[in-house]
Amino acid sequence: MYPSEFDYERAETVDHALELLSGDPEAKIISGGHSLIPMMKSGLANPGTLVDIGEIDELTGIEWDDDTVSVGALTTYATIADDDELWDELPVLAEAAHEVGDIQVRNRGTIGGNVAHGDPASDLPAAVLAADATVVVQGPDGERRIDVDDFFLGMYATELGEDEILTGLEFPRSENATTTGAYVKKPSPSSGYALVGVAVSLEVDDGRIESARVAANGIMDHGVRLEPVEDGLVGESLDDVSFEDVAAVADEDLEEFMMMDDIQASAEFRAQLLKVYTEEALNDAVDRLDASLPTA
Amino acid sequence: MSGDTTNGLIGDRVTRTEDAEFVTGQAEYTDDIATSNAAHAAVLRSQHAHAKVHDIDTSAAEELDGVIAVYTAEDMEEAETSAPRKIPSMSTDYIQVEPELFRPVIASDRVHYQGEPLAIALAEDRYTANDAVDRIEVDYERLESVTDPEAAIEDDAPTLFEDYPNNIAYDWEFGDKDEVDEAFEDAEYVASASVDEQRLIPDPLEPRATVADYDSSSNELSIQMSTQTPHSDRHAIAGILRHPENKIHVQVPRVGGGFGAKIHNYDVESLVPWCARELERPVRWQATRSEIHQTSSHGRGLNLEGEAAFDEDGKLLGVRVDGLADLGGYVSSHVHMLTTVLCIEVINSQYELPKLYSRIRGALTNATCLDSYRGVHEVAAITFIERLMHESAKEIGMDPAELRRRNQIPADAFPYETVTGTVYDSGNYQQALEKTLDVLEYDELRERQEELREDGRYLGIGLSAYTHVSGVGPADVCKEYGIFKTHWESGRITVHQSGTVTAYCGTMDFGMGHQTSYAQIVADKLGIPIEDVEIIEGDTRHLNDGVGTHASRSLVVGGSALAESADDVIEKGRSIVAHQLEAPEEDIEFEDGEFWVKGAPERSMTIQEVGSQAHRAWDVPGEPGLEATTYYLPEQMAITSGVHAAVVEVDPDTGEVEFERYLSVDDAGNRINPQIVEGQLHGGIAQGISQALYEDVVYDDNGNMVTSTLQDYAMPKSFHVPEVETVELSTPAPDNPLGAKGVGETGPIAGNAAVLNAVVDALEPLGFDGSEVDTPLTPEKIWKGVNDQD
Repeated sequence: MYPSEFDYERAETVDHALELLSGDPEAKIISGGHSLIPMMKSGLANPGTLVDIGEIDELTGIEWDDDTVSVGALTTYATIADDDELWDELPVLAEAAHEVGDIQVRNRGTIGGNVAHGDPASDLPAAVLAADATVVVQGPDGERRIDVDDFFLGMYATELGEDEILTGLEFPRSENATTTGAYVKKPSPSSGYALVGVAVSLEVDDGRIESARVAANGIMDHGVRLEPVEDGLVGESLDDVSFEDVAAVADEDLEEFMMMDDIQASAEFRAQLLKVYTEEALNDAVDRLDASLPTA
Repeated sequence: MSGDTTNGLIGDRVTRTEDAEFVTGQAEYTDDIATSNAAHAAVLRSQHAHAKVHDIDTSAAEELDGVIAVYTAEDMEEAETSAPRKIPSMSTDYIQVEPELFRPVIASDRVHYQGEPLAIALAEDRYTANDAVDRIEVDYERLESVTDPEAAIEDDAPTLFEDYPNNIAYDWEFGDKDEVDEAFEDAEYVASASVDEQRLIPDPLEPRATVADYDSSSNELSIQMSTQTPHSDRHAIAGILRHPENKIHVQVPRVGGGFGAKIHNYDVESLVPWCARELERPVRWQATRSEIHQTSSHGRGLNLEGEAAFDEDGKLLGVRVDGLADLGGYVSSHVHMLTTVLCIEVINSQYELPKLYSRIRGALTNATCLDSYRGVHEVAAITFIERLMHESAKEIGMDPAELRRRNQIPADAFPYETVTGTVYDSGNYQQALEKTLDVLEYDELRERQEELREDGRYLGIGLSAYTHVSGVGPADVCKEYGIFKTHWESGRITVHQSGTVTAYCGTMDFGMGHQTSYAQIVADKLGIPIEDVEIIEGDTRHLNDGVGTHASRSLVVGGSALAESADDVIEKGRSIVAHQLEAPEEDIEFEDGEFWVKGAPERSMTIQEVGSQAHRAWDVPGEPGLEATTYYLPEQMAITSGVHAAVVEVDPDTGEVEFERYLSVDDAGNRINPQIVEGQLHGGIAQGISQALYEDVVYDDNGNMVTSTLQDYAMPKSFHVPEVETVELSTPAPDNPLGAKGVGETGPIAGNAAVLNAVVDALEPLGFDGSEVDTPLTPEKIWKGVNDQD
């Protein structure tokens, strides 16, 4: 409730932020504060300095070019969840952002803070995995671009270095096929975080699944791809594929002894929910193919 | 006078008049009070659930800049002012609680639960006080701990108090066991049920808070605090601190919820005034959320299991029940009464029960102390009997509604003395049940349930018929229970010279709308505009004495005190009018704010004019002023009753429970403000649903509380609670002048069983064992109950 004493610095630019970050080995980046501040209040994080990047305008916003959409690190969940173009082209991201917390949280919390935090129960890790993101970071040696599949390492552990700042995410745009997707979750009744959350992104051409990326939160110590599910989908015709059968192997590559297991839900039950919610996410994604803009 | 209305305010859906300040954030709570020169308090709490404490080193804390003082129990013994005593528990004839089991205000050499206070640090600001606490070094010798009451009474369990080797603080029996066993021998049907009640946290939005100041020249101790019972706190703090009661002033700002957790005396609420007296400067403290979770008394935590015997027609012959309460580290002030006599007094609910035997034990555990929470242990009693009726119906092969119908106390039987000696004053249980079934379209619903099952969908219908003791009295019952202060209430009405009115009541609003409903009573009785009535509570200087708000009593008892004071004001007014208009008193009529001489309506005075005359006092027959005080003591309890019904659909693949409907049919007697009654029902039902499905205090194997924050403790959100439909029934309470029955606690009392019965009913075709339900019924427990059958 009462965090330890810390210094506070406001960064004007990314370079300024990097400089401040290098000045204190115990420094932490803050923007929306919706992951870090609760940890500070409960004593789980005790940063020596908070480097506030919240007013670096260049890190905010959604930009489209021919083959990618770039989302700045400081873009809030609310901005993403309210963006009609994202709902149209990258529904898995828009829906996951919409599922985070409540209105107050979505108005403050940012995509960059979420992804950098690496909370296994948060909603965005699965969504950015499903959306095949590239994570863009800046460090003392310049920019690094990290494939999202290499980014999440463990609970609150990511590929992001202590001296680096996550500046944005890039998502590929589909050229020919139609993209659809969905994110569904079983929230904890206390925190609202995902006991299990499943993100699906499909490219469909002429009724056939051209590519599939399916990922989950809440089940392991970091967001994970569900490759057996993906394998069951690619190449299948939407008319013939049984999502129930495909989802039944959702936990096949996951070691049960490594699964999240706490007072909220056992590993065994999470594995069960994973199958049910995978099927639901696939159904939602396909329903969305025919629908016009979904309601946020 | 009866509850007759004169201007129609009683019974009207008046919009709550107090809400503007709450919804605009203007309301001032205890922690909003500005103080100058205050010391901020923070409390060092035991990190272990069970330990000996060899040494507490406060020197590093004392050295910190801005720290004023740090006190341990030892420091308090050595201090100039008298050290605080332990917090007393009620004394009763049926259960003796030795002072050894009382909760200390500050622990010295042993701690019994995680969070027990060991030291209090005072500093110039709140952060420094907390930093000081972090610097205190404690030398603990950890002891094995036990938080499960069943395990606590095993022979090999760790012992909390040497004089209580089995950790059993009390072992209480009611009824003749042999006689009841005989009834079971004659039975055609026997069914069993158990209620394994989890602990719940009464979690008001506003945590506990206290601000105290001491004036050495007058020896006056002024305390502002968040409480439901200011006068009882004054008395208790006087005892704990050995300070004259008439030198303590308790004043209560707005209170952001209590749910029964702000009744008891706690540690810090006495430590803060102790520090103020010792330091001779203001001291303030506001609990954190985790402090509330770890140290405010928990609710529920009573396991009941037992059986019912029925004859061939499904008529109850007898009930046997065995109970075990999870008391926590000490015996809190009321818990031994709540878990025994106050639990079983409604255990027959609405039914004619000829024989009852019960045994209830209280187990000491290394957990937070147990005590009252909205609905108290009537929740366990009603949940037990209503689960038992549901299971019995299955055993007998009878519809659960029909089984209830066959056993209900007939409407012409009141007053009805139950098997426990409780007198039910009034009610019409048949009407409530039939109304419920009618609104639900029960027969069609059962048909739809059958059809859906064929499609693999599982609909469940749960009924819960309840009784609830509100407005506790009379004096002999309170004496029997051992209640510190018989549950009377005081109410004073003053008509000012201008004709406006101030009414004072010894109750304390913490969300229930007293400003509105009391003003309706006073304004209606006196025939004046509601805007002309101001309601004052929560200040021991404004009103000499009172009991407070708990036990669904404020409207029934406090409201009655105000109603009778209003009658007395009118009588005094009548004497003034008779004198001034030179007519006999018996010829003075009064209605709608106006007195007149019978047969001569032009000879009249308004009550405002009478107020003016009474204060001017140039020509009044008796004492000046127009004021009356009533200490109202109920002669009889007002038994609220009703039937709640939940209709749910359960998904066996995920264990998720979805509400189709929640119906609440309640007889609260005369409703002074039906809208406020419905609001009380909605909130209470949310807590009943939450007990059934969500909330749970969890300790790990070492007695560490895992649910010490709202991240982990599942307080229900709006989206967890369905739309509640309410139906109003009324058999007015015969004893009180308003004909009212208390409704504050009925939601959790009825709601838990309605939901549990609905879930069990839904899962019946899937072989889910309903006889032993482990609440909360989380999705995982439901899924396992369906899929992991032996």
